Amino acid sequence: MKDYLDPVETLEEPKELRTEVMTLNVGPQHPSTHGVLRVVVTLSGEEVLDLVPHIGYLHTGFEKNMENRTYTQVITYTPRMDYLHSFAHDLAYALAVEKLVGAVVPPRAQTIRIILNELSRLASHLVFLGTGLLDLGALTPFFYAFRERETILDLFEWVTGQRFHHNYIRIGGVKEDLPEEFVPELKKFLEVMPHRIDEYEALFAESPIFYERARGVGVIPPEVAINLGLTGGSLRASGVNYDVRKAYPYAGYETYQFDVPLGEHGDVFDRMIIRIREMRESVKIIRQALERLEPGPVRDPNPQITPPPRHLLETSMEAVIYHFKHYTEGFHPPKGEVYVPTESARGELGYYIVSDGGSMPYRVKVRAPSFVNLQSLPYAAKGEQVPDMVAIIASLDPVMGDVDR
Amino acid sequence: MNPYPLDPYWMVALKALLVVVGLLTAFAFMTLIERRLLARFQIRMGPNRVGPSGLFQPIADAIKSIFKEDLVVERADKVLFVLAPLLGVVFALLAFGAIPFGPPGSFFGFQPWVVNLDLGILYLFAVSEMAIYGIFLAGWASGSKYSLLGSLRSSASLISYELGLGIALLAPVLLVGSLNLNDIVNWQKENGWLFLYAFPAFLVYAIAALAEAARTPFDLPEAEQELVGGYHTEYSSIKWALFQMTEYIHFITASALIPTLFLGGWTMPFFNVPYLWMFLKIAFFLFLFIWIRATWFRLRYDQLLRFGWGFLFPVALVWFLITALVVALGLPRVYLVYLSGLSFLALLGATFYSPKPVRKGGGA
Repeated sequence: MKDYLDPVETLEEPKELRTEVMTLNVGPQHPSTHGVLRVVVTLSGEEVLDLVPHIGYLHTGFEKNMENRTYTQVITYTPRMDYLHSFAHDLAYALAVEKLVGAVVPPRAQTIRIILNELSRLASHLVFLGTGLLDLGALTPFFYAFRERETILDLFEWVTGQRFHHNYIRIGGVKEDLPEEFVPELKKFLEVMPHRIDEYEALFAESPIFYERARGVGVIPPEVAINLGLTGGSLRASGVNYDVRKAYPYAGYETYQFDVPLGEHGDVFDRMIIRIREMRESVKIIRQALERLEPGPVRDPNPQITPPPRHLLETSMEAVIYHFKHYTEGFHPPKGEVYVPTESARGELGYYIVSDGGSMPYRVKVRAPSFVNLQSLPYAAKGEQVPDMVAIIASLDPVMGDVDR
Repeated sequence: MNPYPLDPYWMVALKALLVVVGLLTAFAFMTLIERRLLARFQIRMGPNRVGPSGLFQPIADAIKSIFKEDLVVERADKVLFVLAPLLGVVFALLAFGAIPFGPPGSFFGFQPWVVNLDLGILYLFAVSEMAIYGIFLAGWASGSKYSLLGSLRSSASLISYELGLGIALLAPVLLVGSLNLNDIVNWQKENGWLFLYAFPAFLVYAIAALAEAARTPFDLPEAEQELVGGYHTEYSSIKWALFQMTEYIHFITASALIPTLFLGGWTMPFFNVPYLWMFLKIAFFLFLFIWIRATWFRLRYDQLLRFGWGFLFPVALVWFLITALVVALGLPRVYLVYLSGLSFLALLGATFYSPKPVRKGGGA
């Protein structure tokens, strides 16, 4: 703003110009803070001089609550943190506990987990795109993105009975097998989805206004991104090739063929485009997973970890005992600590679990990508303008439930 | 002899009333039409519950906004806070009166315009630019930082598009040799529509009109995602509705002015019925603007400044100079048509052959 107004102002009074910085409070109730992020911005005109994110408005104490639940019960909490990519949390937690107790996940369960995790990633990226573009002033992509997301949530409802908080993944497998209708419906969806991704690209990625608004805005160079602990799509947009699915494969990701899309500039534009291209990769992974979906058990047969099937309770005394123990007390993993990193839609999501040998975790610490990624916001937004700040918040893709836990 | 006979005063008053009532009704239904159309673009239903196909939705909205609590913020400048929305509406309404809808005498033997001003275009400028005061004072008087930013943006964008808008209009004025809107329409009836002679000016004017109506992609003064609502953040109830009214009336007026100035107004080479074509042309531009809103992003405010000064202003100026040259040297006007055509082709070329930011599936 200054560049344009200065010549006019200096015409009359070159010496006595007094400007004042303005402190603007954005949020926690604001249309584009993606939940309840509060940002205190120091402005000179529309230029952001300083910016302090304030978090904690969605603090729910999940991590603390987990210390009072058995290992199985904790799965009720995990999806509620990152409610957009909820399967990532379920999966990361289950993997950590499985590592602790040494559970064996049957191949079918592995595949189901991967399908659901990637579907969930798709849904999360769709919300990211829809709301991110809405923040840039485009109304329509939001509805298009939510149309596809709706299909995905319907698929989830088929499998788990829930759209958001699935409570489906179990230690050593998944709760039950896929329903019959699921695979054909998923195939239909996979037919449609690539065309829809093309549509999104045509609608915004090729729009010159989007290019103007997003290119070169909120640049985070690779070395800064690494120093700030940025992970996920936002890190890869800066050109750093780090995807936990490739770097530290888990849940069988090493057996799938997919690319890790990388950006060059580390700006809002790249961060948006990376997500689009990741959606293509997710579709690829789901296709491969569908091919290797063989019939088989979906839970670890170890009765210590998995409660016996209902029908055994009428004939087997042992089953009754296991059932009773499982539902009153849960299982006891050995003493120890475990950390499992995974790749959620937002970045590296890790569960660090300390076990004291009891049936409840001694401590659960979630390495939440939204929380860590948010600290790059001041760096990226300083010197930009208010509308850019909004775009940068959107492009870093924070989910406040994931930030505050 | 005056080719445009005068009406008796009572008739002028009646027509003024008709324009006000008509515009307010049009505003009410434009809100509905826009919401329904946007819904179509966005694969959803839109308001369809109140009355058949949601036809009574505007009435429900009006009742709602009248009876909602009318808040006046404590830190607001009370007088200006109330005055600002009124200012906006009054000046937005004033502009419409000069637009002709048919040939003289086609309104039941009277004239199909409220006033016939020899300085028509100047008058339009004067009143439509006054309307910015509504927005500016609202933002100032609200005592809120968001509103202040919104009103600053509106005044900054005003100075950027206004030059292009004004100079774009000089080309047709030079060709016609009159500022009177009736003269301009009649000239087009005889010589062909003005956009043939001044395509770049037409383009600049249409874009600037979009900016003047503060519509996407130039809706920065209210920018919901950034400024929560901009200048009308602190307004509620009927005062808020008045701002909506101002915005939509600007929108309708702009859609009526573009055809009047560049697309032959109420005339048509064939099947020439006075009112029909005017309404169809207005409807076309209304639809176009809604379509744009459904498709495009919002520009940043320095980008609007750069666009206004760096594109609209020079294009309008160059075209004005070319037109001036042709008129001053008495060259045949058909040269302008050729040049217009060339510029149109250039625009097409720029649209289709400009390097796309991203190719499908390509690199970021």
